[in-house]
Amino acid sequence: MNTITTWLLLVSVAVIAVSGAPGLFFGRRSMIGQWIAAALNIVASALGGAALLIHVLRPDLSNPIAIRWSIPFGQFAIAVDDISLIFLIPIFLISALGSIYGLGYWKQTDHIANGRKLRLFWGIMTAAMAMVVMARDGVLFLIAWEIMALAGFFLIVTEDDNQQARDGAWNYLVAAHLGALCLFGFFIVLAHITGSFALWPTSLPLVSSRMTAGLLIAGTVGFGLKAGIMPLHVWLPGGHANAPSHVSAILSGVLLKTGVYGLVRLAGMMPNPPLWWGSTLLIAGAFSAMLGIAFASGQRDLKRLLAYSSIENIGIIVMGLGLATLGRSLHHPAWVVLGLGGSLLHVINHSLFKPMLFMGAGSVVHAAHTRDIDLLGGLGKSMPRTFVMFVIGAAAICGLPPLNGFVSELLIYLGLFRTASDGAGWGWMALAAPALALVGAMAVASFVKLLGAVFAGLPRSDRAAAAHDPHPAMLGPMWFLAGCCVIIGVLPVMASGVLNRAIAGWTGSDAIANPTLGGLVNFRWLSAMACLLLAAVAGGAVLFRRWSAGHATGRAGTWDCGYAQPSARMEYTGSSFTQSIVDLLTWALWPRKKQPVLGGVFASPSSFASEVPDTVLDRGVIPAFSSARWLMGWARFMQSGPMQLYILYVMAILILLLLFA
Amino acid sequence: MTILTILIHLLLLLSMPPLLLGVISKTKARFAGRTGQPVLQLYYDLARLLRKGMVFSTATTWVFRAGPLVTLASILIAGLLVPLGRFNSPIHFTGDLVLFAYLLGLARFFTTSAALDTGSSFEGMGAAREVMFACFSEPAIFLAFLVLARLSTAVTVSLSPMLLGPLTVPLGGLPIASLGLVSAGLFVVLLAENCRIPIDDPNTHLELTMIHEVMVLDHSGPLLGAILYGAAVKLFILSAVVLHIVLPFQTGWFVADWALFVFEMLGVAVAIGIVESVMARLQLRHVPTLLVAASLLCGFGFLLMLR
Repeated sequence: MNTITTWLLLVSVAVIAVSGAPGLFFGRRSMIGQWIAAALNIVASALGGAALLIHVLRPDLSNPIAIRWSIPFGQFAIAVDDISLIFLIPIFLISALGSIYGLGYWKQTDHIANGRKLRLFWGIMTAAMAMVVMARDGVLFLIAWEIMALAGFFLIVTEDDNQQARDGAWNYLVAAHLGALCLFGFFIVLAHITGSFALWPTSLPLVSSRMTAGLLIAGTVGFGLKAGIMPLHVWLPGGHANAPSHVSAILSGVLLKTGVYGLVRLAGMMPNPPLWWGSTLLIAGAFSAMLGIAFASGQRDLKRLLAYSSIENIGIIVMGLGLATLGRSLHHPAWVVLGLGGSLLHVINHSLFKPMLFMGAGSVVHAAHTRDIDLLGGLGKSMPRTFVMFVIGAAAICGLPPLNGFVSELLIYLGLFRTASDGAGWGWMALAAPALALVGAMAVASFVKLLGAVFAGLPRSDRAAAAHDPHPAMLGPMWFLAGCCVIIGVLPVMASGVLNRAIAGWTGSDAIANPTLGGLVNFRWLSAMACLLLAAVAGGAVLFRRWSAGHATGRAGTWDCGYAQPSARMEYTGSSFTQSIVDLLTWALWPRKKQPVLGGVFASPSSFASEVPDTVLDRGVIPAFSSARWLMGWARFMQSGPMQLYILYVMAILILLLLFA
Repeated sequence: MTILTILIHLLLLLSMPPLLLGVISKTKARFAGRTGQPVLQLYYDLARLLRKGMVFSTATTWVFRAGPLVTLASILIAGLLVPLGRFNSPIHFTGDLVLFAYLLGLARFFTTSAALDTGSSFEGMGAAREVMFACFSEPAIFLAFLVLARLSTAVTVSLSPMLLGPLTVPLGGLPIASLGLVSAGLFVVLLAENCRIPIDDPNTHLELTMIHEVMVLDHSGPLLGAILYGAAVKLFILSAVVLHIVLPFQTGWFVADWALFVFEMLGVAVAIGIVESVMARLQLRHVPTLLVAASLLCGFGFLLMLR
């Protein structure tokens, strides 16, 4: 009886895993399979949500389950605790909302070729992510991790006739397997240290610092590749941009968080983590945030912009985690509570507003058939509901009050300010606060650019002019997520209970000495200020209404400084909006420009084009892989084709191993 | 006394800002040998705008109307967080300084979105400059806050104890070098955030070179009034912040301290007027250099505190 919550979660995960399967037995032109998949996803997610609620109210009912199985080394051990809970919320939420969204966005009747495949792997990936978060055995963790990675590949390559989607998915697959390779090493070292594959040990036995360093580096690179910390983010922009939008939503909102989950667990194992690791996390997080948003500001592709903004947000999350880790090393409980609290809250927040923005982007792409923001424009009038959602999402992701992003960033800021006042020799860490301020300012620049170029002004193309608000099945999930953003922003105290418990679970035995979030932050004031702000704006709106009833208002064209016929072609584009920022950051962004060459008395027609490609991918990874391929060419004689030869290799190696064993 | 302080705070916050702009323009006029407009001109302008009708561009949506309202609301609420003179602000709690900075960010988000909503390329240019310059001034503000956090003995990270902190330290104990660097950096930020010379010229007549004024070209009537008033309040609260660092003195008498604050604010306005009179406007491409220098000044101030 005391494992009932765990069993409920396991059942809901199993149902989600097979949610796409019934669709395979229905015709390619039938919507029935899609309805079944959506219904199964909703029911199972509701069940999972109920189980999580039970866990919050009665933690004694969620004891771990361990079943022996025939796979060597491990056992089927799963459990749920408060850290797992925080990561399970987005998994269930976005899986259900995404499958509802898919009913309008990726109708089986419109996507005969790949709709069934998408739903099959949707369920499998969601279930695998839930298993990753619940696994308490290294082997089970790796199996779930690998299934998640492969299902993610098939989701990104949903449109397998599209070369860009194939390239993006290929990058993802390579990155995922490099990460998995590191994790194999990580779990083997971990099992070597602890003596078993059981996860997650609350405190590691003392080992040599070299062994600890190896463990930390393997774990950070392996999990960092999934989370997309700069410069390990190479798969992220291409993968997110070319997948269907609800897949981008779940990749960005949820899949990236499994990498964060790994980092949180890794840090949680160390009661006394080495100082260099905490500082590395803090610095890497800050650079990831700054460069991520810098790249975002230069993008023309709506979904690539959002993908780079995910890198930024992961950076913020990692900054909080780095702060908490340093707090643990230097014995500052306040840093731990504020850093980890902000980090975990940002995990939840980002899984609310980023899927909402990707779903909004999907609605735009669905309506206007282009992702190029410089071909859009004027959608605020033709897609008013999507526009409202986008404004809320953009304000939330910029961390503006009174929305949820503000609360999590506030916690991290407060932690960083603590380092300035009681950090002694570690006061320099507080420099991450101005870095976060810079990130906030650049996020405003990027998202105002997005809003302005896509929704404001006049349409720049016929496609944009013909746009319209999407199907209610696509709007509903966005309304729901927008509501969650407002609720957490106005009533952040709701989250503090779960966060406190997760922090106590993370710090382990020294939990009693810890302050709570409520003791460090006055949530009542935050709620009061959010209400005051909303009331002030509402009051202003009422006054304005009253006033406009009694006064004349006229309509006219935009004042364009005396020019008689302003047209959409004269509008400021998104690229020009952030050009000055991109120009200042040439040393990091390496933008490509095709400058017009003007000459002669009668200049011939010319054109200007600019883009911001991914510096790390184009100038680091791809050249490195090409030269690696050239080097490997020397070994190709061994790979001549006949299967018998390969079996011979296997046998030879086995014999060698036996000889040396 | 607390209730009286709150009332005086509200009274000054709501009524004094337009006066500062009047003093600035009077100072400039005197420097140029003109009589200049009356000191209370902005009050008359606001009263006139409230009576007028409005014209909306056909390209605009609700964001265009919401822009000035949200901007004014968030700036006024930010004004409730800043302590004026030697007295605590009406609202102070842990973390209010982050709220302060992000309320200014919210104001910027909506001002620039409303500007882009018109689809005018000039307003787009102004908005692009506004968001870029904020990328320099926001870190500078936070670096200045860090210096104060390092200085203050209070554990709470809040504007009132931090900005009033230098008052409690005896003059000899103040880190003059740090506070001097931060004062200089923040003064540049004050000029940039309020679009004064040498960053922006509020009186220019060429749309191509404007920053703040060009973003509000299409607004008219009460909405324009809200924008002008909001800009004045922003100048007021940022000046109040800078004053705490530049002049950390108090007399100890209630009335004298408030009178001193009013005189200091007028002094800041005169100082801005003098800067505007003796300097030319920088070329736009040189503005980032100046703002980076301001951030670096605040950064050096912080590094000195780390010793």
